[in-house]
Amino acid sequence: MTPAVTTVVVAVAFAMAAWSLVLAARNKLPGRLTLGGLAVVELALLVQLAVAIVLLAQGHQVPQFWTFLGYLVASLIVVPVGAVWALSERTRWSSVVLAVACVVVPILVLRLNQIWGGSA
Amino acid sequence: MPETRERRATRSGFGRVLVAVYGIFALSASARAGVQIATKFSEAPLAFSLSALAAVIYIVATVSLALDGDVWRRLAFAACGTEFVGVLVIGTYSLLDRVAFPEATVWSDYGQGYGYVPAVLPLVGLFWLYYTRMRVRNVKS
Repeated sequence: MTPAVTTVVVAVAFAMAAWSLVLAARNKLPGRLTLGGLAVVELALLVQLAVAIVLLAQGHQVPQFWTFLGYLVASLIVVPVGAVWALSERTRWSSVVLAVACVVVPILVLRLNQIWGGSA
Repeated sequence: MPETRERRATRSGFGRVLVAVYGIFALSASARAGVQIATKFSEAPLAFSLSALAAVIYIVATVSLALDGDVWRRLAFAACGTEFVGVLVIGTYSLLDRVAFPEATVWSDYGQGYGYVPAVLPLVGLFWLYYTRMRVRNVKS
């Protein structure tokens, strides 16, 4: 729906996933830099939400609207919920949980784009 | 040397990751089953009912692995066991009877649509329950 925002979300999310795995491998806890990266991902997802709302208000039709809504909501909650779960017990596994959340986001966003375009 | 009987919480350490992955599957299976049943249940009632069953099992597994205690541990064991049997039976069934499964469910083709994670996840869950079980440990004083 917005190639620029999609590219940012996918690129930053994958970069954050890789970074989180590096942290886990080096037995380090996620710090401010990691949380900042996650914030960028979430911010981009919120921009995507705003764009979707504007385009829908302008009359864009999504064939499978409820499926679209499901993916939209899921894409927005994965990072915050994942971060809370990851940081409520701070071990190297916190970083792995964050990596999992960061891998899921691009999957959701790419599916979201397919559904938006009606190709799935 | 004194002995202690100890057990690790299933939600701790690696369990954190396991619960997260289960949570993602609980969410996606529920959403998928919900949409399938709400919009086109009559197209494939069997497949979509099984989708809903899978969703319930994922929710039970997520919650029971995230909580600590004997009952939760047993429930988690039952959920992971059922899940493993389910993915094998439904995976095989979906390959043999394409008509009954016109659209993929989480467990169709052994979870191929989800990178076979659904086939591996219950084994990891069962392993983790075994790994964190009650153990008698010698404590050096």
